[in-house]
Amino acid sequence: MSLETTDHRSPGEAADAAVSGILRAVVSPAPGAPRGVVVDSPPGAGKSTLVVRAARELVDAGERLMIVAQTNSQVDDLVDRLALKAPDLTIGRLHASDGRPAAEALRHTNVTASEKVKDLLEQDVVISTAAKWQWVRTEAPWRHAIVDEAYQMRSDALLAVARLFERALFVGDPGQLDPFTVVGTEQWAGLSWDPSSSAVVTLLAHNPAIAPHRLPVSWRLPASAAPLISSAFYPYTPFRSGTGPGERRLTCGVRSDGSAVDAAIDEAAEHGWALLELPARRTVRTDPQAVAAVADTVRRLLERGLTAHSEQGSTPLTPGRVAVGTAHRDQAAAVRAALDALGVPVDPAAGPAVTVDTANRLQGREYDVTVVLHPLSGRPDATAFHLETGRLCVLASRHRHACIVVARAGIAELLDEHPATEPVQLGVPVAFPDGWEANHAVLAHLAGHRVRLG
Amino acid sequence: MSLLTTLARLEAVRAGRAQPLATVRHRHLSERPMVLVPLAAAGESGAPLAVLLGTDRLAPRLHIVPQPLNRTQRFEFLAAMAADLLPYLESFGAEVELLEGSEKDPESGEKVPVVRELCADAPQLIVPNGGAVHHLALLGRSTRFRRTAEDPEPGPYPAPTQVPLMGRWLTHLTERAQVPGSSLLLPMTSLLARHWATGQSHLEDQHLAAQLSWHAPPAELTGAEAAELAESERDAAGQLVRPPAGPATDPKFDELVLGPAITRHDAAVAALRRSDGQARQDDRQDDAEQAEVLVKEARSQLEAALFAVLEPTWNDLWKGLDLLRALPPAGHLADRWESDRWSYTGHRDRLAAGEPPQPKRDDAVTAARKLAQREREQARLDIQEALDDPLAMAEHRLAGEAFAGVVTDVALEYSAGPRSKPRPVLTVRTPDRPHADAGREVHRAHAEPAQRGEIAGSAPGEVLVRLVSGMGRKKEPEPGSVPEVGDTVVFTLFELAPRQSAPLPEPEDTPWTHGGPPGGGPDAAGTAGAAGGAEEEWE
Repeated sequence: MSLETTDHRSPGEAADAAVSGILRAVVSPAPGAPRGVVVDSPPGAGKSTLVVRAARELVDAGERLMIVAQTNSQVDDLVDRLALKAPDLTIGRLHASDGRPAAEALRHTNVTASEKVKDLLEQDVVISTAAKWQWVRTEAPWRHAIVDEAYQMRSDALLAVARLFERALFVGDPGQLDPFTVVGTEQWAGLSWDPSSSAVVTLLAHNPAIAPHRLPVSWRLPASAAPLISSAFYPYTPFRSGTGPGERRLTCGVRSDGSAVDAAIDEAAEHGWALLELPARRTVRTDPQAVAAVADTVRRLLERGLTAHSEQGSTPLTPGRVAVGTAHRDQAAAVRAALDALGVPVDPAAGPAVTVDTANRLQGREYDVTVVLHPLSGRPDATAFHLETGRLCVLASRHRHACIVVARAGIAELLDEHPATEPVQLGVPVAFPDGWEANHAVLAHLAGHRVRLG
Repeated sequence: MSLLTTLARLEAVRAGRAQPLATVRHRHLSERPMVLVPLAAAGESGAPLAVLLGTDRLAPRLHIVPQPLNRTQRFEFLAAMAADLLPYLESFGAEVELLEGSEKDPESGEKVPVVRELCADAPQLIVPNGGAVHHLALLGRSTRFRRTAEDPEPGPYPAPTQVPLMGRWLTHLTERAQVPGSSLLLPMTSLLARHWATGQSHLEDQHLAAQLSWHAPPAELTGAEAAELAESERDAAGQLVRPPAGPATDPKFDELVLGPAITRHDAAVAALRRSDGQARQDDRQDDAEQAEVLVKEARSQLEAALFAVLEPTWNDLWKGLDLLRALPPAGHLADRWESDRWSYTGHRDRLAAGEPPQPKRDDAVTAARKLAQREREQARLDIQEALDDPLAMAEHRLAGEAFAGVVTDVALEYSAGPRSKPRPVLTVRTPDRPHADAGREVHRAHAEPAQRGEIAGSAPGEVLVRLVSGMGRKKEPEPGSVPEVGDTVVFTLFELAPRQSAPLPEPEDTPWTHGGPPGGGPDAAGTAGAAGGAEEEWE
């Protein structure tokens, strides 16, 4: 990895060049080329589009293809997108006996769903989760596989599915949350096949000839966010935004009522970031005041008739385009309950709703505006969980326009009192940046957009 | 830390005493455990210094390494420890149950009946803390590959015969200790912490004496004060009254007691060696005998010093066992202990079959299998603890993952279609606030056979559950399979049986992404070196 020199091409040209290089390596690999192609993609850099194009080109080249994603919602998203973009492909959705695919995935005529792989062998593309693929026993007819969100996949899952294909394209975001387990795995730390590490880490350790490709442009993040996210979370693999300053704008239909919440919304609308800061205090995880502040912010976002102007035109900010991100599930539940009490729709089954979820579940998602409950807000300590780089990266990189962070004051001091104390394991590559550093970088930037509440 | 544990810790602070976190005992306790307190020497990772062990609380046995840097003495110590430990570990191998099962014949593929042995009981080692488990693992790693005089090629430094055998047992036991819910090797601090909350941090709970102080603080002292005293009280000679439970010793003890005693012993040994040499030359037997007495004296001084720092911990361990034994055993203990017995039986059989010691490192497939097993066992443990213990279930109820209440209405409904099935809807009055989105699957706790339902609706204080299974095959539900009005029911939003783990390839089918089969060419080595055979590698 080397620091990139300034790229004088337009974002579109740079991205196109990267994509065609990747597709060449996947569809017509040079003789003796490694069996895997790895693509590192920063948030919103067109990873899904790449997967769709690679699938399309492989099928056009006469291959049948299996696609491995990590969660059912990722699989359903992918099926939906692939079916829309490539209506002439036949797509098999392999699912578990107790998991019905989402309606969006099944509404297309070219999609067949089954819980038995033998019903789907004739399809051009078969898509399922890693967990389901592990149970597939069939003599695999697939030569090619695409592994989506590969950095979220655990090494042991790859071990179980790798027998199904000969060559594979691994696509993922190295800055997102690492896979995890609830049991102790120290005894394997430093082994190249540590079953709890990421699939890509294991793959690269055993196949040193694979040089990861990179997607250099984030189409999601606005010009206000890409430099911060790039320098805080991807210091050695910088990327830029596809749009320039001023190309993404948020306008309010209703003027500020003078409250701190409205001031934060105005700040975020103008600068892309806002920090709504509550007084310092140690609280329980579901800090009622912070939860109320998050809920109020979302309510005002929707009440004030915001319009998002971008290269895709101007659209009103509806509940479906807003997300709330938290670190813990109970926090998400508390925010959902608070929003429900304010009359903000949060149940997707009942129509367009605000998404409220944890960082883990927001991975790969995209919204116009996000409201984030800071993982360290109100905490007495900074544990490895709360400091994990990927958690903050996911939460701070889901938005196309603006991100409003709600937090208690005192996080910088908390960080200084809790330097990372994880033991150093021999043989484990040091991950840069560490969560401590990244948290400080983001905080320092947010300090310029602070609005105090109460 | 869950809300309930936080609350219990706060209450412990207020009351000045430990507070219960469980109503039942969640780990199997053997009738005849081997209690073992190891000490490690400072300065060298995994160097043994002493061990106090035994199955009789009145008769602990002490083994020491008088000079921890001396490899010969170290292996004499390990041989003595093995002579104590192995008869205990092996004593459970003889009495077996015979279980009939079936197995696929590898050639014909047909199922053939087999009778398998399962040991009726298994050994149990109780150690003070996680550090002791780690120390035993290091001992296992450093001894299981040792060659002995019985080897065809004993090498220049053959170890006593029992040493590598003990190494293999220690490796097995410490590996098994990584499996959640297992009970072959248990650290006392975690056992106590699972069942009681103290008013101090998890880190402070690692100090056995301090943690125990919260259980029975002396009169006029709160738990916090007693714990602080246990951590820091020193006698006139500057030594801790309650020495740390090991494996590391107190630096003041090392400096003022242990170091001088070792030096004295070294000097006595040196004098003996000199007088031995001279005795042969000058035939001065008296001096030699005198020197031998001095060595013995120096050794018994060392033993007395080490016994003095081990004995308080030994007593603490038995006190801890007393506390735990006062709790009634949880319902699923026998179930989990059977897994431990299988683990013990499996190791016994591998030893009997003459298999090589456990490899230095797990290969990719073995590591993945172990991880899958641990995750499965963790899921099983969480479920079983919740079912066995209302306090454990309360954690899930507080987290919105379960709800308990009284059935106030049962509406018998049926599914549509030609073969309609009973789909009764229960109205459950509950003070809990579960994440009860309509349509979400729920499971009825303590239902036999297993019973599933789905959330049909909810209102404050009330949840509607439509039962969908566990009511027999007929049009009407089997008698007793549907709760009646007034019954108390518990439903969980999580499944009540752990999921099966997906199959993994055989090690010889390790795919290219993981470096190919172990030992299969240069690529197989991976970056971390070979998977590690069973050869000795030492001097």
